[in-house]
Amino acid sequence: MQETSANQVTANATSSFTEHLQRSRPELLPYNALQHGLPTGPAAAPLQTPHATTIVALTYAGGVLMAGDRRATMGNVIASRHIEKVFPADQYSVLGIAGTAGIALDITRLFQVELEHYEKIEGTQLSLDGKANRLGAMIRGNLPMAMQGLAVVPLFAGFDRPAGVGRLFSYDVTGGRYEEQEHHTVGSGSMFARGALKKLWRPNLSEADAVQVAVEALYDAADDDSATGGPDPVRQLWPVVYTVSRSGAVRVPERELAAVAGAIIESRAVAQREA
Amino acid sequence: MTQQFYVSPEQLMKDRADFARKGIARGRSVVVISCRDGIALVAENPSPSLHKIGEIYDKIAFAAVGKYNEFESLRQAGVRYADVRGYSYDREDVTARGLASVYAQSLGAVFTAEQKPFEVELAVTEVGDSQDLDHLYRLTFDGSIADEQGFIVMGGQADKVSEAVAAGWRSELDFAGAIRLALAGLVADKETDALPASAVEVAVLDRGSESSRGTRRAFRRLDDADVVALLAEEN
Repeated sequence: MQETSANQVTANATSSFTEHLQRSRPELLPYNALQHGLPTGPAAAPLQTPHATTIVALTYAGGVLMAGDRRATMGNVIASRHIEKVFPADQYSVLGIAGTAGIALDITRLFQVELEHYEKIEGTQLSLDGKANRLGAMIRGNLPMAMQGLAVVPLFAGFDRPAGVGRLFSYDVTGGRYEEQEHHTVGSGSMFARGALKKLWRPNLSEADAVQVAVEALYDAADDDSATGGPDPVRQLWPVVYTVSRSGAVRVPERELAAVAGAIIESRAVAQREA
Repeated sequence: MTQQFYVSPEQLMKDRADFARKGIARGRSVVVISCRDGIALVAENPSPSLHKIGEIYDKIAFAAVGKYNEFESLRQAGVRYADVRGYSYDREDVTARGLASVYAQSLGAVFTAEQKPFEVELAVTEVGDSQDLDHLYRLTFDGSIADEQGFIVMGGQADKVSEAVAAGWRSELDFAGAIRLALAGLVADKETDALPASAVEVAVLDRGSESSRGTRRAFRRLDDADVVALLAEEN
């Protein structure tokens, strides 16, 4: 009798917010929302939902940086020009999302609560690998939705404090986690951004240079991918950029990005070349 | 067949209350003080890892005296309650009042229905934008809840400590002053006249965490060095 209640207590002890929700409020999990699947069959039209697009991330001397454009698309229509797709996950990590925006934003929120919850229950932060694995588990949880066409693909970056370096993780829709070196991109414009990064990235970039490289890579992605939004001087919209270093995750201020984006547009205009 | 002795409900409740009070009186005290900079929470606790003070949510902290396993399970339940609520509604919708009433209900249910009552006393505090918006709730083992003004003292020698804190409490205290006052209160029942920083656990709910530290999480734990540095400041 005593042993069973002790077992029960240990079985119920969890530091994971997701596990707690799965047990007590499964309907709140973003990927359990459609437990019975989407309507299928000839009558059901293909679902049109906003999609978030390009995210780039790169390492620099002393940390790692992540940037995302501001566009969400729905088929051939621009669903949002203001959407933000890069978020701080906790004090020392950030994540960017590409794919079905609605689910991705909820997974982001769940992931943020997950990390904070662990920190509050345990009194210590998860290791960077621990965080990356938790995110992978959430993406795997979304696999049934991904099979229905509602995939979410995140990019995760954080500062590994014991090792003293910034690290990057990419994911596939099945939750597979892959550590990336130097730089990585996800989303519809990722091919073009990746090409740009291959030419622009150098080891030991300074933080200011890294911001410039990231914005320029997004500029190149926007140039060739219709679903990626470029810097918008008319509406004063610039990419969202976060840097993560030993002192934590910091959002790069708007006016700094305005200056960087302005300089890129100017240099391209001066060059008077097609590409 | 053996017959059970009749025990009147009054006697039953009194026995349970005495039992819980005895357990709590054995523990060391905790002082929670609302001041100009926010809310300071100070507990006499030599362990650096088994906490009596904890973060519940952005603006809400928890402090407890009594049996560690019992208040720790209540603290974790509180964190779960707050996180589920904040996730399903919005972060703003998590309040100390809601949490305190959930605690009151569970403490009350345990007091009347379980084999033994919880031997704990809790403080649930929420820091507001200004001092008059601070909330300090005290919860006792039987589920009674009290809305306190200014400060809360709980634990073994609460009366003596409370007297000392009440004598020195002013609303314009800063964190250094509030922590100094709490430490002065905590030695009121002892022979020594000062507690070393390693014998206390100190945390604060920072009123201006958004502007000063750029985070909405107001809770900050101070380590021994922080406490020594803060106390060295001029009054």
